[in-house]
Amino acid sequence: MNSTNGKSEKPLITGKIDSFFLHFYNIFNFIRRLFREAVRPPIEWGEFINQCYQVGYKSLALVTVTGFITGVVFTEQSRPTLSEFGVTAWLPSLVAIAVVRALAPLIAALICAGKVGSSIGAELASMKVTEQIDAMEVSAINPFRYLVVTRVIAMTVCLPILMFYNALIGCMGSYFDVHAHEQTSLVAFFDNAFTQITFLDYTTALTKSIVYGFTIGVVSCYQGFHATQGTLGVGKAANISVVISMFLIFIEEVIIVHIFNSIR
Amino acid sequence: MTDSKHHIFKENEVIRIRDLYKSFGDKHVLTGIDLDLYQGENLAVLGRSGTGKSVLIKIIIGLLQQDSGTVTVLGEDVNSLSYPDLRALRLKVGFSFQSSALYDSMTVRENLAFPLKRNNKSMSRGQIEKTVSIVLDAIGLPETIDQYPAELSGGQKKRIGIGRTLILRPEIMLYDEPTSGLDPITSTELNNLIVSVRERFNTSSIVITHDLTCAKTVADRVAVMDDGNFIAIGTFDEVFSAQKGLVKSFYDYNFIQ
Repeated sequence: MNSTNGKSEKPLITGKIDSFFLHFYNIFNFIRRLFREAVRPPIEWGEFINQCYQVGYKSLALVTVTGFITGVVFTEQSRPTLSEFGVTAWLPSLVAIAVVRALAPLIAALICAGKVGSSIGAELASMKVTEQIDAMEVSAINPFRYLVVTRVIAMTVCLPILMFYNALIGCMGSYFDVHAHEQTSLVAFFDNAFTQITFLDYTTALTKSIVYGFTIGVVSCYQGFHATQGTLGVGKAANISVVISMFLIFIEEVIIVHIFNSIR
Repeated sequence: MTDSKHHIFKENEVIRIRDLYKSFGDKHVLTGIDLDLYQGENLAVLGRSGTGKSVLIKIIIGLLQQDSGTVTVLGEDVNSLSYPDLRALRLKVGFSFQSSALYDSMTVRENLAFPLKRNNKSMSRGQIEKTVSIVLDAIGLPETIDQYPAELSGGQKKRIGIGRTLILRPEIMLYDEPTSGLDPITSTELNNLIVSVRERFNTSSIVITHDLTCAKTVADRVAVMDDGNFIAIGTFDEVFSAQKGLVKSFYDYNFIQ
């Protein structure tokens, strides 16, 4: 018999600190495996397309409504201040800059973290606690590649699309408000709006949404894939997926804005 | 050895376990297990809940890793295999879960076709359909083909779970509590299915159970487990003729109560 059998290993520092660092190590390994499996053929195209449908198409209604309302509300809130200076003509460009640079990436990401992140966390956790993931393993199917890689890539690909769509709808919301108050034509509005947006603004927004999408995908898949404690674990995985994703999104927002402002 | 009904090749071990230890923290689950499963044999592993029966077969299939000891399946040392090699080995070993573990979001047809599609990319849709039908006929549930797991009874789920493993034509079957939570009639049907699986698919099996009727019906040998090790191994009559200790308790509970 191995001499170490049955002996519980003593913690290096304390149990809690050990498990904290172990958690980071596990996440690091999870991401490393993700990259390794993602580049190794064959790609699970069917499941990837299914996940794009779940992430992208099924979020369209929510993204449309929130984008439109954001555009209208932002325009309404900005008008009094601009009119004090007599520059309400700047409304289209102000809204476009705000929406593309900051609001659309953040709103699309928060919606996806809440709607899709929780759903992925709960789905994978439920599969884990009912042994469906083990059932894939014993059927010689790689569950990591089938469940995790497809979901993370779908999130990373779909969030930038949702973000640009959200920005467009936000600008449309703003246009309807501006048109109602200032009788501006559609062409004049968009002409004014987009002249102020630079290539770097688009790049910033794209970078943000790619990073946010990847974050939501990794966090929710990790939480789901490592769920324990039966049905309690399913709720916990869904909840933690949303909380951690949102927390990380705000931290990443600060970092990315700082990086791109230093380039600007 | 040749049985009256089927051949057991005692010279041919399909599973060989030596000095197997497994602990979870301070809890010693397996404490030096030795076990052989011969080609064509059905072996029932009996024991109380929490004695490590399910852990044993999860180590055999590579879902858990032992602390020490060796597990050789079809000549391969499970612990030393790379992930692709382990997956190749798993194609030859079927695992029927206690909870059935059917994929909720898929119909019975999709549940059965899923492992086939993923592991036999060259199979046409027609061939897959045909194989699914054959397996559903073998387990006696062709009418459930378009139903979802939520629409099935406990017994039907267990049978579909067994069917999903049979679709890959395994050489070894591992059954985890196949009759738990089922009424006596459905349990009998399950026992008969396990016997017929061996006849039709030429499998060798380990059946984890605490149901002596199941063990008596399906097994050539039974192994009784307690405190992480076997306290008796032999034919059903050999083990239960002794009638002492835990073995007696088991017998009394199943056949006298």
